[in-house]
Amino acid sequence: MKSMALYARRRRWSSVVMGLSVAATAFGAAWLIAILGTLIWNGVGGLTPSVFTSMTPPPGSAGGLANALVGSLILTVMGVVIGTPIGLLAGTYMAEYGRQTWLTEVVRLVNDVLLSAPSIVIGLFVYQIIVAPMGHFSAWAGGVALAMLVIPVVVRTTENMLLLVPNSLREAAAALGAPRSTIIARVAYRAARAGIVTGVLLAVARVTGETAPLLFTALNNQFWSLNPNAPMASLPVTIFQFALSPYADWQRLAWTGALIVTFAVLTLNIVARLLSNIGTSK
Amino acid sequence: MNDAAPPGLAPDRAPSQLGGSATKITIKDLRFYYGDSLALKGISLPLADRKVTAFIGPSGCGKSTLLRVLNRMYDLYPRQRAEGEVVLDRENLLDPAQDLNLLRAKVGMVFQKPTPFPMTIFDNIAFGIQLYERISRGELADRVEAALTKAALWGEVKDKLGANGLSISGGQQQRLCIARTIAAKPEVVLLDEPCSALDPISTSKIEELIDELKAEYTIVIVTHNMQQAARVSDYTAFMYLGELVEFDVTDKIFTAPSDRRTQDYITGRFG
Repeated sequence: MKSMALYARRRRWSSVVMGLSVAATAFGAAWLIAILGTLIWNGVGGLTPSVFTSMTPPPGSAGGLANALVGSLILTVMGVVIGTPIGLLAGTYMAEYGRQTWLTEVVRLVNDVLLSAPSIVIGLFVYQIIVAPMGHFSAWAGGVALAMLVIPVVVRTTENMLLLVPNSLREAAAALGAPRSTIIARVAYRAARAGIVTGVLLAVARVTGETAPLLFTALNNQFWSLNPNAPMASLPVTIFQFALSPYADWQRLAWTGALIVTFAVLTLNIVARLLSNIGTSK
Repeated sequence: MNDAAPPGLAPDRAPSQLGGSATKITIKDLRFYYGDSLALKGISLPLADRKVTAFIGPSGCGKSTLLRVLNRMYDLYPRQRAEGEVVLDRENLLDPAQDLNLLRAKVGMVFQKPTPFPMTIFDNIAFGIQLYERISRGELADRVEAALTKAALWGEVKDKLGANGLSISGGQQQRLCIARTIAAKPEVVLLDEPCSALDPISTSKIEELIDELKAEYTIVIVTHNMQQAARVSDYTAFMYLGELVEFDVTDKIFTAPSDRRTQDYITGRFG
């Protein structure tokens, strides 16, 4: 005789857990929507063409975020240009040449630590090795600090994506007489391309919003400057400075900057997600 | 697998003569190790020039291992090694000084599962050609067409050479891999169960192809399918537990085998 009571109890328990899961999801999503909503509510009013064309103003006068936007762009490009090749090469070594060597094990461990290292520590470290000896803050130092955040992300994704490439593909290329370097460059990279590009985009998304590593390195700049040897403005540091200020017009600009940086990161994440879907659906 | 003959009684017979055929590869007392375990226990065998030789035997008998020695594919992995001699055109290809890339350009291989590269059909074929030759775009296009024609695939793909190699059917992918292998102009073609992932129609196409290719290439095929071995090969080697039990002309193996184990295997009593 089957016990219907047992079955009914299990059904009740199932709906309770299901209800809790839905509530937890809704709770998480609600905050995200609230954040985006607040940003749009406070920031969209200030989103005028002058934001993209005028410099950051002194308190009480009109201005924009042009120097901070361009500064952020330059710093991010520096970080990616310095960090990506290093990360790619390290990930390639780990997946293709040194799969079971102690060096790979050590690098993987260190990389995982670096991946979760507080970014302010990276900023202090770069301050110590670049800013202090040079005697002044500079965009170079900011780029290096961001590169140190890019590297672990790129190492991790490059290694993982190359490990997903089936060995049968490497064997097939080797069977044609292809040397190892050719197999990697023309077959393995090709097969892992979508995943590796996704990793780089995620790294860009991560450093775009970073403030802490720039505070001690690129500092900030009220004026238009493209000199990599001088302090450079950036969106996150400007937001930090303006939002904490007592001036209403600075605070409005901070909201607008926050809106821009958030949607830039959101867009990058969506593009990365789309790319990785294309890569896996093949 | 059921009862094996006691190892001591295994006939370490000298390979029979190849009749009128010239020898392309001579395997002499080949032993192969995976780590400490001995997978091939002293194999000696001639492979006839521009003929098809089939390796048959139950799973785990070492036939794929033997095939992977012939282009030193095992060298990609640590802890695998071969002892003995494999002589191809008077050179021992097990010699540590042997250049592996040049060897593999000469001894091509097609695998069990189709392995098209993630690039266009055209580039799949061009890849192998361009490794060792610098030729004009026009000449390259001719070579790609010739290889695809020889692999009986040209008619099916000539209008979509720019399509991804992974977008065609499994049978077509396997013929693409054969085309890619022969486009690089090897002398020997190794086929590792090339039809086991394919349907009967694709299988018969590939069997016809093998029959045509042997005019130009020395072909060695590993197969689980005894009818296939009987249909496509000129010589057959029956292997069991890492030993070569019997090697002879295919007709002889399938009609009048001299070893009891061969007889039992081809009649389906084990394996």
